Amino acid sequence: MAETVVFARPQALAPVPTHYCPGCTHGVIHRLVAEVVDELGLAHRTVGIAPVGCSVLAYNYFSTDFQEAAHGRAPAVATGVKRARPDLIVFAYQGDGDLASIGMAEIVHCANRGEKITVVFVNNAIYGMTGGQMAPTTLPGQVTTTCPLGRDVSQVGYPIRVAELLATLRTPAFVARAAVHTPLHAVTAKEMLRRAFRYQAEGTCFSLVEVLSTCPTNWGMPPVEATEWVEKNMVPYYPLGVFKTPDGLDRAPRPAPATEG
Amino acid sequence: MPQILIDRDLCKGCELCVNACPQKILALGQEINAKGYFFASVVEQKRCIGCRLCCITCPDVAIQMRVSGTMYHYFAY
Amino acid sequence: MAKKLMKGCEAIGEAAIKAGCKLFFGYPITPQNEIPEYMAHRLPQVGGTFVQAESEVAASNMIYGAAGSGERVFTSSSSPGISLMQEGISYIAGSELPVVIVNIMRAGPGLGGILPSQSDYFQATKGGGHGDYRLLVLAPWSVQEAADLMQDAFDLADYYRNPVMVLGDGLIGQMMEPVEFKAERTPCKPLPPKAWVATGCSGDRPTNIINSLFLDPEVLERHNQKLKAKYDLMVRDEVRCASYGTDRPYEVLVVAYGTVARVCSTALDDLREDGVGAALFRPITLFPFPYAELRAAAENARAVLVVELSTGQMIEDVRLALEGSRPIHFLGRQGGMLISPEAVSERVSAISAGLPEEVRHG
Repeated sequence: MAETVVFARPQALAPVPTHYCPGCTHGVIHRLVAEVVDELGLAHRTVGIAPVGCSVLAYNYFSTDFQEAAHGRAPAVATGVKRARPDLIVFAYQGDGDLASIGMAEIVHCANRGEKITVVFVNNAIYGMTGGQMAPTTLPGQVTTTCPLGRDVSQVGYPIRVAELLATLRTPAFVARAAVHTPLHAVTAKEMLRRAFRYQAEGTCFSLVEVLSTCPTNWGMPPVEATEWVEKNMVPYYPLGVFKTPDGLDRAPRPAPATEG
Repeated sequence: MPQILIDRDLCKGCELCVNACPQKILALGQEINAKGYFFASVVEQKRCIGCRLCCITCPDVAIQMRVSGTMYHYFAY
Repeated sequence: MAKKLMKGCEAIGEAAIKAGCKLFFGYPITPQNEIPEYMAHRLPQVGGTFVQAESEVAASNMIYGAAGSGERVFTSSSSPGISLMQEGISYIAGSELPVVIVNIMRAGPGLGGILPSQSDYFQATKGGGHGDYRLLVLAPWSVQEAADLMQDAFDLADYYRNPVMVLGDGLIGQMMEPVEFKAERTPCKPLPPKAWVATGCSGDRPTNIINSLFLDPEVLERHNQKLKAKYDLMVRDEVRCASYGTDRPYEVLVVAYGTVARVCSTALDDLREDGVGAALFRPITLFPFPYAELRAAAENARAVLVVELSTGQMIEDVRLALEGSRPIHFLGRQGGMLISPEAVSERVSAISAGLPEEVRHG
């Protein structure tokens, strides 16, 4: 009987092991992006932009052309590529330190200019590569090496919800948040990524998918427990779903009703 | 009959697949792979229902699935 | 093509377009605003693209991306903005990307002022960013030369796959002078096709990766040696300089670059009339610095006078060139104050009369 392969490594993912820690869901997100790129037939004209952080070596893990960006500057590098070669499919793959801390200006203005690129934003609420420091997305009370007593919101403010923040921009875009801590979430995340890359392929708008991800090593918990931590702690603070579609609505947050006294 | 193939040297023993399998037929073995991880293996291949949740959840694309014989439609993933 | 009266900034922009550059990423900062303004107006007319970045940091990374796609691209800024670009420039050099960067210098440090200066010499020639890298630095002294060097800069950048900086003191950007663009221009370097670009591959070649990360020290050392080899080639082949009045006997050799050199050349004429023999040596490439040529020019002089719009930066390279063989004097103004021909001729006369002793510098 003929054997058919019903699940295998996508073409756009290089056949190499990764350096990611056991159970780190960067690997899942890489695969989903590669599957979407394959399914939409974009691999031959795709250029990825790697950040600085755990996924700095992403250029080794995809079989597409890549550019390595300075920390936080992937959206700017992606802008340069897309403006130079609008025919290319450009995606920036970034972590939360890269995108929401040092690179916040770059992502906000890239989205606001409406660059027709796709950003895969991996939010694991911590700096992974450098050993577990507090990130702009670290949750209130969450312990890291630079908030050893837990994030004190009265001192360092609350974690930033990037998807919601970008959704307030007037320029049309597709902005969504997904997760990959269970297979079902991963399937939904893939759908979000597919929509994002399709918007780019059709030249419609800027697209960003924020994907909640785990960091077993720096969270200090086994991989399975880390996926449960995402469900219990991250999803409530970072609700999943589509925050913006390129419908051109004004989307301006209304000022709060005037209260007397 | 679906068949799960786990690449022993790609597996990092993270146990996400073990946790995801509804049939609970995956487990970490006693052997270690080239990198020193206890790698996952299929305990009872014939009880596999071909749902691919293990493949989808694996961060290292270490799990491949093949089917031989009659095959019902797999949901578009 | 007929001569046209143009402002320096605009001539630089037009020169880029003549060099086939269709991409500009920049940010407003005085005194170079007319470059982004000109590009915003002109690039769409030639099917090009202008993007105003959110900051110079972003702009330096946008040109990184565009250059990695194989397109000619340039950015421009002024001193504080160039400081913000230093990380990007280091990455561009490390990733071997051809870009042109224009710096219309203003007075510093910090916010400083908006008037002309030459106080970014160290930053430009000794590397403002991290790591062993060099910029090929071209210093025009006129709007015409700025336009010519700008076009050469793209060829040099492509040939060496390295950032090239056109370094103008504020005057270059702001003054208007007649400029002529030759209809036909042959590139100043051979330009092989860019097989290294990251533009998507369909399996016909291995993937191209634009990158400056090399975690394996042996690999990174080889990479550093490869870059060094390029800089050695620049030192061997790309030195440009000019001398004026060296055909007649001279006691004092004045050393200056950019518009300051023009001020000094005016002073030379006055001095000749007063019977004081002086000549001018003008580096055009600041890296590679014309050490040998300067040493040769200084052979016939008793003393050297370095004139800069700074507290003295190029003077250190002059010292290296002369290795103590001649007394070196310094005349400098800062803050945007300019140097007059009279000030130069006065100092040269004093030197030739043997009055002021050598300036101990640095």
